[in-house]
Amino acid sequence: MTAYPGRIAATPRRRGVGSRIAAAGRHALGLPMLLLVVWALVATRATSRFFPDPVTIADAFVDTWVGPAFVEDVLPSLARLGLGAAASIVVGIAAGTVIGLTPWLRELLEPLLEFLRAVPPPVLIPVMMILLGITDTMKVVVIVSGAVWPILLNTIEGVRSTDSVMTETARSFRVTWWERLWFLVLPAASPRIMAGVRQALSVALILMVISEMFASSSGLGYRIAYFQRNYLIAEMWSGILLLGLVGVLLAVAFGLVERRVLRWYHGIREVHRA
Amino acid sequence: MPDRGTLLRVEQLRKVYEHPTGDVEAIGDLSFTMDAGELVCIVGPSGCGKTTLLKCLAGLLRPTSGVVEMHGAPVTGPSPAMAVVFQEYGRSLYPWLTVRGNVELPLRHKKLSRADRDTLVADALDAVGLAHAARSHPWQLSGGMQQRVAIARALAYQPEVLIMDEPFAAVDAQTRADLEDLVRELHARRRISVLFVTHDIDESVYLGQRVLVLSQSPTRVREDLAIDLPAERDQISTRALPRFTHLRTHVYGEIQRAKRGQNVAARPAP
Ligand SMILES: Nc1ncnc2c1ncn2[C@@H]1O[C@H](COP(=O)(O)OP(=O)(O)OP(=O)(O)O)[C@@H](O)[C@H]1O
Ligand SMILES: [Mg+2]
Repeated sequence: MTAYPGRIAATPRRRGVGSRIAAAGRHALGLPMLLLVVWALVATRATSRFFPDPVTIADAFVDTWVGPAFVEDVLPSLARLGLGAAASIVVGIAAGTVIGLTPWLRELLEPLLEFLRAVPPPVLIPVMMILLGITDTMKVVVIVSGAVWPILLNTIEGVRSTDSVMTETARSFRVTWWERLWFLVLPAASPRIMAGVRQALSVALILMVISEMFASSSGLGYRIAYFQRNYLIAEMWSGILLLGLVGVLLAVAFGLVERRVLRWYHGIREVHRA
Repeated sequence: MPDRGTLLRVEQLRKVYEHPTGDVEAIGDLSFTMDAGELVCIVGPSGCGKTTLLKCLAGLLRPTSGVVEMHGAPVTGPSPAMAVVFQEYGRSLYPWLTVRGNVELPLRHKKLSRADRDTLVADALDAVGLAHAARSHPWQLSGGMQQRVAIARALAYQPEVLIMDEPFAAVDAQTRADLEDLVRELHARRRISVLFVTHDIDESVYLGQRVLVLSQSPTRVREDLAIDLPAERDQISTRALPRFTHLRTHVYGEIQRAKRGQNVAARPAP
C-alpha cells in the first residue's frame, strides 16, 4: 500500500479564552466609557432636567429594576420576547422549508408573502387587540407576525438554492428524504436562515416594546411609557438603558449560537482568505 | 477476471435535452457492454456527452430512448450496486460534515449495526490513506485529498461498480498519478468494476483494460479498444513502453478525427 502524504490545514489558532474576552471587553467598552464621561460632564453643566447625569440614572436603575419590578415587568417582557422569537424561528423554518421545497406552492405564495412582509407589523396591534384582546397571546402574536418574515423568506431562498451536485450526490447514494432534509437541505440553507434569525431578533425586540406601550399593564415597554407620562425622567432613561442591555445580551447569545452552528461556514471563509 | 458475466449493457442509448430554446441531442446512438470486474475508460472530446452518459447509467437521468441494463435488469433509478464519484469534489462533499460524516452518510439508510458501519467507514478511509483525517472537514484538505474522500465514500457504500466522471481533472500532476495508481489498486484488490471517464488520453490508456472512444456530439462509440498492456502497471516504466506510445497515439488520432467529425477510420492492424 502506497503511503499517501496528506496535510490537513490547521484550523485557525486561537488565543486563550481569557485574553480573548479581555481584548473583546476593551474593544466593546472603550467607546461607551468615553461617551459616559462626556455625558456626565455635559449633564452636570447643563440644566435641562430631561438629561439627568449618569449617576442619577444609575441610581434610578437600581431603585427601579432591582427588586419586585424585575419579576413584575422585566421577566414577563422577556418571556413574551422569548416565546415570540422561538415561535417565529420554528414557524419560519418549518413553513419556509415546505414552501421552498414545493415549487408550485412557492410560485403561488411568493407575491402574497412579499406583500405581508411589506406591511409594517405595528399596524397589526390594533387588529390583534380586537381579535385577541389585551392578552399575552396578542403580544406574542404581534411579535411573531413581524419577526417570522425574515426567517421565512430567507429559509425559502436557502432551501431552494441547494447545490445541484450535492443533491445529485445524495440521489445517487439513495439518501432518504429525511436524511436529505437533515444532512443536506437545512445545513446548506443554514447561513441564510441564521441571517434571517438575526434580523428577526431585532424586529422581535422592537415589537415587544411597542406592543407593551400600546396595550399592557406590565412589561418594559409599558413601564417606560408610564415613566414618560409621569415625568419620571431618570427612571425612563434607566428603562431605555435596560432595553439596550437586553438587546446587547440577545446579540451576544445569538453570536455564540451562530458561531457554533456555522462553524463550517466561517471555517471555509477563513481558509479561502488565508 | 473474477466472473465474466455481463455487468452493464447499453443498447442504442439516446438522450436529448429538451429546452424551450431548442433541443440538444447530447447522445446520438450509443451501444456497448461491460463485463463484471472490468476497468473500462471512456474518452471523448469535451462536451461530447460523457457526463450525460454516466448520469444515464447511474439512473440519475432518464434516457430519451434505448436500454440501460445492469445484470439484465433495466436501470430505472440510482442503484445500491453503483457509486458515483463526481468531477466537482468541492460540490459533492458536504462541508458541514466531517470527512467521517461524509463517508458515513450513504450508509445511514442501510440496515447496518453501528459497529459494522464504523468498520466500513474506517476501512474505506484506510484504503485511500486518509485514516488520520477522519475528523477534519473537507475544506481543510487539499484537492487530491478531497477527491480521495469522495472515493472512500463510494467504497464504503460497497458497490459492484464504481462510476467516475473525470475525477482527477482538477488536481496537480503528481497527485493525479498517485490517484490513478489508487484506482488501479482498488480495482485489483477489491475486485470492483470501474467505469472511468476522462478527457486525458494518456490516463485512459494507462488505467484501462479497455478504452471506449466517443465521437463528437451527438455521440456514438467511435472505437472500442482493448489495452493489451501488462496488468502490473507502473507510472514510469509502463508509460515508457513502445506499446503504450503506440496506443496513445492511436487514441489521440481517433479523438482528433472525432473532433473534426470524420467517419470511423479503418482500424490499423494491432
Ligand atoms: N442539463 C442540460 N440541459 C441542456 N443541455 C445540456 C445539459 N447538460 C449538458 N447539456 C449539453 O449536452 C452536451 C453534453 O454535455 P455533457 O456535460 O454530458 O458533456 P461532457 O462530455 O461531460 O463534457 P465535459 O468534457 O466538458 O465534461 C453539451 O452540449 C451540453 O451543453
Ligand atoms: Mg463532464
